[in-house]
Amino acid sequence: MSRTRTERLVNLVICLLSTRRFLTAAQIAATVPGYEHDPEDPRDHEAFQRKFERDKAELRELGVPLETGTASVFDQEPGYRIAHREYALPDIILEPDEAAAVGIAARLWQHAGLAAAASSGLAKLRAAGVEVDPQATLGVEPVVTVDPAFAPLTNAARDRRAVTFSYRVPEVDDPSTRRLEPWGVVCWQGRWYVVGHDRDRDATRCFRLSRIVGNVRAVGRPGAFTPPESVDLISHVARWSGPAARTGRATVTVKPGRAAGLRRWATETVPGPDGDRLTIPYADADGLADHIVGYGADVRAEGPPEVREAVIQRLKEVVARHDRIASPPVAPAVAS
Amino acid sequence: MTGSRPRRSRRRWRHDRAFRGHARRGSAVTGPRQSVDRLGRLLNLVPYLLARPGILVAEAAADLEVSERQLREDLELLWVCGLPGYGPGDLIDMALDGDRVTISHDAGIDRPLRLTPDEALALVVALRMLAETPGIGTRDAIERALAKIENAAGDVADTPIAVRLPADDERLDRLRSAVEAGHALHLTYYTAARDETTERVVDPMRMLMVGGKAYLEAWCRRAEATRLFRVDRIDALTELDEPSAPPVEAVPHDVSAGVFRPTPDLQLVTLRVGRSSRWITEYYPVEDVRRDGDEWVVTMRVTDLGWAQRLLLGLGRDVTVLGPPELLARIRVQATAALDQYSTPSR
Repeated sequence: MSRTRTERLVNLVICLLSTRRFLTAAQIAATVPGYEHDPEDPRDHEAFQRKFERDKAELRELGVPLETGTASVFDQEPGYRIAHREYALPDIILEPDEAAAVGIAARLWQHAGLAAAASSGLAKLRAAGVEVDPQATLGVEPVVTVDPAFAPLTNAARDRRAVTFSYRVPEVDDPSTRRLEPWGVVCWQGRWYVVGHDRDRDATRCFRLSRIVGNVRAVGRPGAFTPPESVDLISHVARWSGPAARTGRATVTVKPGRAAGLRRWATETVPGPDGDRLTIPYADADGLADHIVGYGADVRAEGPPEVREAVIQRLKEVVARHDRIASPPVAPAVAS
Repeated sequence: MTGSRPRRSRRRWRHDRAFRGHARRGSAVTGPRQSVDRLGRLLNLVPYLLARPGILVAEAAADLEVSERQLREDLELLWVCGLPGYGPGDLIDMALDGDRVTISHDAGIDRPLRLTPDEALALVVALRMLAETPGIGTRDAIERALAKIENAAGDVADTPIAVRLPADDERLDRLRSAVEAGHALHLTYYTAARDETTERVVDPMRMLMVGGKAYLEAWCRRAEATRLFRVDRIDALTELDEPSAPPVEAVPHDVSAGVFRPTPDLQLVTLRVGRSSRWITEYYPVEDVRRDGDEWVVTMRVTDLGWAQRLLLGLGRDVTVLGPPELLARIRVQATAALDQYSTPSR
């Protein structure tokens, strides 16, 4: 056996691309170097069949569209061929700026598996005659990362297959098993989500991909469901539709030179005897109170009462909690 | 393309055909996976060369991201491929004139294979990310490219994926054009770790979007190091007359695992976290999470205790600091002093 397997596989592709009619295994064996065997010898023939099965599997793994059929109605034995139309990447002509964009896009992946897929995809475009300038840049480049659940979920959404996975929410102690008809995957504010119909809750749900534990398993057949017409995936994830209007106005006193982070938000700063008096626009009193409490004794909330009371309440809780840590109840030493 | 194929060398190669079986002694042993990878590469190589008659072997190797030696081995293997005497299939023929290669007969492999679902997905998602990136200069070209790729990929590109990266377009646009102009910048920048706003001159290197946030990567002349500046914390910006000139030691960060990657030299902080604050373990890199009944004991590394104080005080009702003692003391002193401010009517 002097020919390598790769060589045999290239020859198999050439053979099946060049035929219009379906070729049986025996016809292929007679044509493709590397398949020589004695069909009369059962062991030799079986070895050939195993080899041929393995080779077919490799072609399919690579994405070669191997067709099966019979040459005529009188034929019983299955034959094989590759339709050039199904095999070949359709003509694609990219303008230089478009090719540059594709070249940059292919570089963005930080996820190993998809980085490899992006570069082999780009290699195919190059083979189709597209010239890609490796030096091109676009000014701002997003770093593209995905969670491990990304590929199985996008595949399932494309094939319309249901999935099941284990899902962990921080507030709940143990992961739960979920069954979902995935409609699509969404990237929103740098995080990935899957949106779909939750079979157990019988409702639309979205799940954060980073909270999926272990493998995503596809269950049932492809085409098992139909997503709603013109579903807006983003709208299911993006309940936050932009910054809430900062209509509230809080007044705080800040020690000189302190709390730079809070000063950035001030619309007005008036120096006073015991510090600067800032006016801070806010949308959510609790959120602002958290922020103010973070600055400890450097900031005092003056008003309105909803902010001032929230700050005082939080500080009382912090003091009470940390006092317990600092002076734990002392157990009396008992002599034994 | 067909007309430009040089025929002259065909005879020479035919002459050598008898030796083809011995051409590849010593080529690397390949496992099943490598053999599939190599097959994919070979099927791609033929149309690649077909589209570029007379290309330099070195240039093709660089373009295809393989070593020149590997490419020559691939060519040697292709050279022995084909179906002698079999109808239209025939043999792959090529001319290798020293450093240049031309495919003169493709044996039917005249087009690259279609994109696989993963390849289509990887390109389409990255293009959508680019198209959604605020401040991007050539959105139009990206969208045209995306449409063409989706069209060429056919059904496999039909994956429903939506991308939205909200950010301040106007600020990014201004910053991007300043960076493209190639000038050094004067920044007014808020550093959250130290809660201070500082003035500095930087030499811009690139702009990035990581985890939905925009960053300017630049050589900071004040810190004498490469720094990532969060765009939403750049409070003011002036383009200087002098050119941006990052020194040779200005090396870009590896942001593949996020912008903040704790190093072992940073201080460890230990917290007791109630149920409603467990979310912090998803937002900040943590070293360890241990269950203790209903509460979690969380360990994380911080660059600055002042930052930790602001974060943890602000987290409020459900987080208790266990250590280090210095941070615990700081939290208690600050909270007590802050509360005291409210016991007197006015300062």
